[in-house]
Amino acid sequence: MIALLVRDLKLSFRAGGGFGLGLAFFLIVTVLVPFGVGPQSELLSRIAPGILWLGALLACLLSLDRILALDWEDGSLDLLATSPLPLEGAVSVKALAHWVTTGLPLTLASPLFALLLSLPPAGYPWLVISLLLGTPALSVIGTFGAALTVGVKRGGLLMSLLVLPLYVPTLIFGAELARRGAEGQATLTPLLMLAGISFGVIALLPFASALVLRVNLR
Amino acid sequence: MTLSVHDLTITRGGIPVLEGLNFALTPGKALILRGPNGVGKTTLLRTVAGLQPPMVGRVDSETESIAYAAHSDGLKAMLTVTENLRFWSDIFENKDISRALKDFDLIELQDRLAGTLSAGQKRRLGLARLLVTGRPIWILDEPTVSLDVASVALFADAVRAHLAEGGSALIATHIDLGLEADVFDVGPFRASGKSPDPGGFDEEFL
Amino acid sequence: MGSIWEYANPVKFSRTATLLLPWVSILAAISLVTGLVWGFFFTPEDFRQGSTVKIIYLHVPSALMAINVWFMMLVTSLIWLIRRHHVSVLAAKAAAPVGVIMTLIALATGAIWGQPMWGTWWVWDPRLTAFLILFLFYLGYIALWEAIDNPDTAADLTSVLCIVGSVFALLSRYAVNFWNQGLHQGASVMRAGAVTGADTQEKVSNIFFYPLLLCIIGFVLLFVALVFLRTRTEIHKRRTKALLARERLG
Repeated sequence: MIALLVRDLKLSFRAGGGFGLGLAFFLIVTVLVPFGVGPQSELLSRIAPGILWLGALLACLLSLDRILALDWEDGSLDLLATSPLPLEGAVSVKALAHWVTTGLPLTLASPLFALLLSLPPAGYPWLVISLLLGTPALSVIGTFGAALTVGVKRGGLLMSLLVLPLYVPTLIFGAELARRGAEGQATLTPLLMLAGISFGVIALLPFASALVLRVNLR
Repeated sequence: MTLSVHDLTITRGGIPVLEGLNFALTPGKALILRGPNGVGKTTLLRTVAGLQPPMVGRVDSETESIAYAAHSDGLKAMLTVTENLRFWSDIFENKDISRALKDFDLIELQDRLAGTLSAGQKRRLGLARLLVTGRPIWILDEPTVSLDVASVALFADAVRAHLAEGGSALIATHIDLGLEADVFDVGPFRASGKSPDPGGFDEEFL
Repeated sequence: MGSIWEYANPVKFSRTATLLLPWVSILAAISLVTGLVWGFFFTPEDFRQGSTVKIIYLHVPSALMAINVWFMMLVTSLIWLIRRHHVSVLAAKAAAPVGVIMTLIALATGAIWGQPMWGTWWVWDPRLTAFLILFLFYLGYIALWEAIDNPDTAADLTSVLCIVGSVFALLSRYAVNFWNQGLHQGASVMRAGAVTGADTQEKVSNIFFYPLLLCIIGFVLLFVALVFLRTRTEIHKRRTKALLARERLG
């Protein structure tokens, strides 16, 4: 399992683009928003939690097809499926590798981008907490979408169509948590719901991902 | 560690391609699969490797005894030869890769990125992976594609050594490897179109 | 009468569907026409909502069907994954486009009703939003069927998507409820939105209720007829493919 994690991390650092691309995309979304809605910092600070969450979500989505498609093309998935590593474990590790290269850097960089959108000071810790809790769910759900569409040529658009509706609950509770934190309201309910969704999908969804991957491999 | 196949019917895209297959692979033996292109050799090997369910019949083997090598080698262009092998040996919980490097003449190449290797060198690396799996039953799909004469000899030696250690190999190939092996021609087992077992896949609709 | 699973045989299902189809269609037509004509022309206008209230005869049945069709797809997908009956998953495939249309009718009639009532075509009311999300789930399900060539692979993948999607659709429903309360209080809108729900039957007297019931029955029968027809078509398509494949082999 660790070997697979190390390999995936190595590949995404070496192959160029895997690591920095998500961050760059996140930055561009953040920069473009004021061009779209106007530079009034009052408006920006109000919509900042939502924009940052949406940007993180789209940056995640952008790199989903790398999770499994490359291993599918070069035959590694066939070989992994006949290895002693259970496929459920393999997809979990791959989701983890995706999170380490996408979700984690986005979370760590988010305060910087929040600065650009004049997020109220009280919002910073909550923004980081919400992304830290929510982005693993995005990676795990995304891996399920990648496993569903791995056999489809140019399946990126199809995968977005399948994955985005599945992202709705995570987005709602994540953005709500960040927003309430920024406005100094009670945060317990969205915090618990977001944590519940994250732990729920981490525990259960890999079984579905492995199941559809096996179907796709046969 | 015997692999045996009983009354197997296999399908490709829901359509039966080969039926009534029976054969066994005992330790120390190799079995060469022959048959024209498109007859279903790859499908048969995938079914035996457990990647695909059979339509009828069964494949008996001990779990986790099979190492499968397909047309594509599963190599990562951005990892070195050693890293590629090390990864698979870790996955198969097998620490030693030096023998695999030596047997397939990869020692001089060991620090090169796999992406910079020639097609034949890549193939050698892909076959070296079989040694680090430590598994007794090899299932090989056209293993000699893009290998030169010397490399084919290396490969044949590796298979011979594997058989001598009590392993076995099921190989689909068109060339003569110079191995002491039984030849199994799958041509006569082409599905007739009258499935003996209605109720599977599209047969149910007829 | 044997077991219900006998009808999981494609040939038997096909035959039964052909036998029942005209009757179900006729019954659907009768109840729909009666219900709609009764509702549109022979019920009084609501004192507050005027004639706009009459869109209820399209809106409520289609909204009910939008959810129930997905539920039916969930059940038939589970049956496919557990018992491997082809007819079951083909029925799910056949039902999905009907579900999309029902969701679209519910959304469109809702907008048409909402415009004079709330003064806007669209509000992000939890109920409306949930239907929009359901619509996206339907689209994803159909797109996945279209994208995959091997019918059994497609059946397995869409079935798993349907089950996972159901869980997430339910989660979204609660999330959306929470999200809207969080965003704005808008109690008046919420109460107006509630007219579409269960309290309709209490608020609206029997004069409205009976034609509505007839319309709901009509929509259910229409759905059954469409699923019979479309499943039969899917079976015939698979049969043709199997025959062609056999011909190529033999």
